Amino acid sequence: MQRTRNVGYDDDDLYDDDDYYEEEEAEVMSADDKEQMRISTISTREALGSAGSNISDAQIQEALWHYYYDVGKSVSYLKNKFAAPAPKQEAQPKKEKATSRFDQAASAAVEKAPVPAGKHPYEQYSYTQSTYPVASSLLLPPVTMPSSAQDFFADVPWGKVPAHRLGVITIDEPHFRGGLLGGSSKLAALAAKRRKEREEAQAASNANGEMDAAVAMLDKLTVKSQKNGAPAGEADRPSRISKYTARRRSPSPKPEAPVEEAAPEPEAPKPAIEVEYPAQRATASMFASTLCGTSRSAQTINVQQEFPAPYSHYKDYQDIKPFEGPSPDDIHLQRAFLRHTGTTPKKKPAVAANGDKLADSVEKLAVDEPKVKSKNLNVLGELQKSGMKRMANFVVVGHVDHGKSTLMGRLLYDLKVIDQRSIDKLRKEAETIGKSSFALAWVMDETSEERSRGVTVDIATNYFETDKSRFTILDAPGHKDFIPNMISGSSQADFPVLVIDSSTNSFEAGLKGQTKEHILIARSMGMQHIIVAVNKMDTVAWSKARFDEITKKMTAFLTEASFAEKRITFIPLAGLTGENVVTKTSNPAADWYTGETLLEALERIELPQRQFEKPLRLSVADVFRGDLRSPLSISGRIDAGTLQVGDVILALPANETATIKSIEVQDAPVDWAVAGQIPTLHLTDIDPVHLRQGDIVCSPKAPVKLVKAFTSKLLAFEHVLPMPVEVFRSTLNSPGSIRTLSAKLNKFTGEVTKKKPRIVKPGEVARVVVQLERELPIEEGMRVVVRERGRTVGAGLMENVA
Amino acid sequence: MRLLKSQIDQKTGSGFVTLLPEEPEDMWHAYNLIQEHDRIRAKAVRRVSKTSDAGSVSSQRIALDLTIQVTSTDFDIGSGQLHVSGKVASENEHVKLGQHHTLDLELNRKFTLEKADGWDSVALEMLKEASETERHAELWAVVLGEGTANICMITEHQTILRQRIEVGVPRKRKGGIDGHTKGMEKFFSTTLSTLLRQIDLPAATATQGKTLPLLLASPGFVANAFLAYIKTEATRTTNKPLMALIPSIVVAHSSSAHIHSLNEILSSPAITTKLSDTKYARETALMDKFLTLMRLDDGRAWYGPREVERAVDKGAVGRGGGVLMINNSLFRAQNVKQRRKWVVLVDRVRDVEGGEVRVLSSLHESGKRLEGLGGVAAILTYPLEDLDEEGEGDEFGGGDEEQGEMVI
Repeated sequence: MQRTRNVGYDDDDLYDDDDYYEEEEAEVMSADDKEQMRISTISTREALGSAGSNISDAQIQEALWHYYYDVGKSVSYLKNKFAAPAPKQEAQPKKEKATSRFDQAASAAVEKAPVPAGKHPYEQYSYTQSTYPVASSLLLPPVTMPSSAQDFFADVPWGKVPAHRLGVITIDEPHFRGGLLGGSSKLAALAAKRRKEREEAQAASNANGEMDAAVAMLDKLTVKSQKNGAPAGEADRPSRISKYTARRRSPSPKPEAPVEEAAPEPEAPKPAIEVEYPAQRATASMFASTLCGTSRSAQTINVQQEFPAPYSHYKDYQDIKPFEGPSPDDIHLQRAFLRHTGTTPKKKPAVAANGDKLADSVEKLAVDEPKVKSKNLNVLGELQKSGMKRMANFVVVGHVDHGKSTLMGRLLYDLKVIDQRSIDKLRKEAETIGKSSFALAWVMDETSEERSRGVTVDIATNYFETDKSRFTILDAPGHKDFIPNMISGSSQADFPVLVIDSSTNSFEAGLKGQTKEHILIARSMGMQHIIVAVNKMDTVAWSKARFDEITKKMTAFLTEASFAEKRITFIPLAGLTGENVVTKTSNPAADWYTGETLLEALERIELPQRQFEKPLRLSVADVFRGDLRSPLSISGRIDAGTLQVGDVILALPANETATIKSIEVQDAPVDWAVAGQIPTLHLTDIDPVHLRQGDIVCSPKAPVKLVKAFTSKLLAFEHVLPMPVEVFRSTLNSPGSIRTLSAKLNKFTGEVTKKKPRIVKPGEVARVVVQLERELPIEEGMRVVVRERGRTVGAGLMENVA
Repeated sequence: MRLLKSQIDQKTGSGFVTLLPEEPEDMWHAYNLIQEHDRIRAKAVRRVSKTSDAGSVSSQRIALDLTIQVTSTDFDIGSGQLHVSGKVASENEHVKLGQHHTLDLELNRKFTLEKADGWDSVALEMLKEASETERHAELWAVVLGEGTANICMITEHQTILRQRIEVGVPRKRKGGIDGHTKGMEKFFSTTLSTLLRQIDLPAATATQGKTLPLLLASPGFVANAFLAYIKTEATRTTNKPLMALIPSIVVAHSSSAHIHSLNEILSSPAITTKLSDTKYARETALMDKFLTLMRLDDGRAWYGPREVERAVDKGAVGRGGGVLMINNSLFRAQNVKQRRKWVVLVDRVRDVEGGEVRVLSSLHESGKRLEGLGGVAAILTYPLEDLDEEGEGDEFGGGDEEQGEMVI
């Protein structure tokens, strides 16, 4: 055993990394152990009697340590070792070491789990193996071995050997595993006692035995063990440590500077830190100790109770409490955060040579959440000062599979928002599932569901910037099941880009399907401009006739939906190839088109007036957990008003206030945001349960009223009866019903033409009472969309509370 | 509900019945049967306090048979409990006449009901329906959306919303779809555990073979994703009862995650073929037919009490396709006159005109829809215009209008 460790120390240079020697220091005896050791040492010395006169306390203690304070075993071991050296002695350590591969693995596993923090469990094993590469194939003898050599050779007929030639064969003591065999039981104690008696008798007979070469060798071993292995061998430890201190990383860089300047005081290093590991011996499970035997125990001895900490002998050290304040990392993070949120960062505490000062300044850097302070900016003034680029949000609408996502993917790709590498990656992925044409769409469609089905499910948001403007793309799903998502996307946009598939039949199918519905929804959201992207022109060979036909039909349709003709822009383009998206087409077949590209049209389009002056209204489009810094974030369009960091906002219908910790617009941190933008707000002081999609965030001074029912002027797209409906207001989607049809109105003058109509037909305008399932924040002038059974039945304007 | 004893005079309709409710649905029937002023006799526990001669008061709980005259009924849909309050109508040694008492009708405890104004045709019809012994179709339905789920139990006469689940699911975000995936996972696991708690699957060892079919409906792919989740979860946890349930799961499409889209789900042909001809499906189909006629707007479909009454007066709800749809909430009217009016109307259509009468359960979605239309609607045999007095001036909207004021 000791040999193993000695060799290990020789190898120490290989492992003398900063952390490795700590492991030995970590194995400190607990107070219990010490006490037990003291008692056991006394009793062992008594048991040894005269035979133990040449045995040192250290040796006894080591033996006790090995045998878990089993006095009986220790005595026999000591007697065998010191009083009766035998030729077999050499074999002993080897046998103990001879663990099978399995055992090694098992004990390694045991060690791995329960080591106290700060230890490297593999170290001892690593040199065990390197020292005895052959031993690993040897097997440990079975535990049922006879307990002494006499028993073992009882039936061997060599009894007539002269006494001086008689060798004593010492067999490795089967180490009774305390736990499993009940080492403390009466039976075991009895057995140990009997064994002790026998061995005492034997020892007496051998007491004056010859001291031959083997003994000399043994002595050499013991000297070494005394020096290195014994628990009490602390004498040389500090010097070892001091050898390493120079290399050791300091726990905190802060005290370093002053400390190094201070005159080195050649005071002897004294233990500054005492570590206790009370659970040190209690770690191995019963199963583990069965597997590994007691041989394990010998390896974990290196016990040191105390060790000096570096710098501890410098006088400043006592005053510095390096762990009192936040760690340098924390400080750095906090500083970064403060800088990020824009609040004045707290002054970086000057590293004072005086420890007290440092401690004070550290205390000042309280760890608790910094209170977000409003800068009380005049946001509108800031807005004018900033000379911000035009900010536009547009929603891409159209029938399913008309190429909305692909067109946007192409736009982003051509504008270098998406790099070539990502596109190549997507293309490769798309090809592997045989949908290579979807690669561009996958820029927008990120979820696995969307990719595997090739359909956009939810709004995808993306940003790009040109010289004049900053755009937010809201890519809406075209499938009819996801109209609710499309409505929530449209409510955040300034104008729609309608994508139409120009190929035969597709256009016509779309007109019956979601092309129509999307137009109606976009219009009922109050959008006045529209760009119609006539897509997939490459499939109809850039036929002018086809383009004109579509233009004509769509113009008729759009004007019917009350888009002014002059505010409709038609662009022939091809999303997959990118013609007329950012760059003009070079296709000779498209010579006839001289108008603008999609990008030019986007830059030109007139934006609706922003309502900066009105009180804050923000429709929550998403509630999510950002990162650790912002456990709760919301995003949504500011319909009216402004907000800035530190503002207190009111979330409705929960009626809970929150504080804005930070704001991001287009993924960039800002101090304020204004109407028309779609910011992400990181909030504090609110529980996530109070916020959900569709809520309204407003200023507590001008809250929106919660209503259960309201009258609305409704433009019917389908037949309207009193019936259960879904009510959409911006991002909100709530079940409700049309309770009564109050009156049918004249479309132009708004006069009542018929009271209490029985039914409202498509195209008619009526005043209806809408009943909501629960109270929701809706105020006058808000636009609602009413759907029933997956069809949009009408668009309404909230008039007053019913 | 078991009809234990019935003594009803055919002519006058006076008499009483003794009923034994056996399943929760029977409470719903009882609720529909019991009207104000009816007399009901059932076992009750009442605390009776006695004042001795010396003036000390001792109170005692006594189980006794009580007859009360109903003043109001209170039905808890969720738990299927019916509380009938009224005044004691027959005196006994513990209770004085006219004292108030609320009877809690319980399952497997018989009660006797005597109608104040005799058993009318509607009441008899209800009684017949209530005492039908054959077991009716029942199913569980889960209407799902991303982050919301409604777990309902659909029986012959009721749709009971057992649980509504809302889990915040973050939406997809650029670069980070993790939140969405995790949110959906959490949503599914919550929904499944809630569903299992509601359904109360028989233990693996139980021999009870009947598992109710489970209908999953959602817009988009959520229902399918949920079914896939159930399957993997059943395999992962080797939950035998859940495995056994899987074959009886039907996935359907709905346009929204709200409970009223059950209407649409149950009227879709894919589902009606799978579910046997339930009352629910019939009612839904009928409502759909009515709404189609409404849309045609040819004057053959009318709704609202006044209009329908007029149509019946004109004999338009008669033989050859006339259908009167009436919500059973109208028969529960607290006002006896009101109720009698409706009973008369029903009798007239059925017996005099020869039309068809359908009483829709107000607890089904189709019934709720009818309730929105005033509780009564009719499909006429011939078109009738202007049942609602005011002249209908068809205004004509055409041409371009200016942006702004009127446009919605």
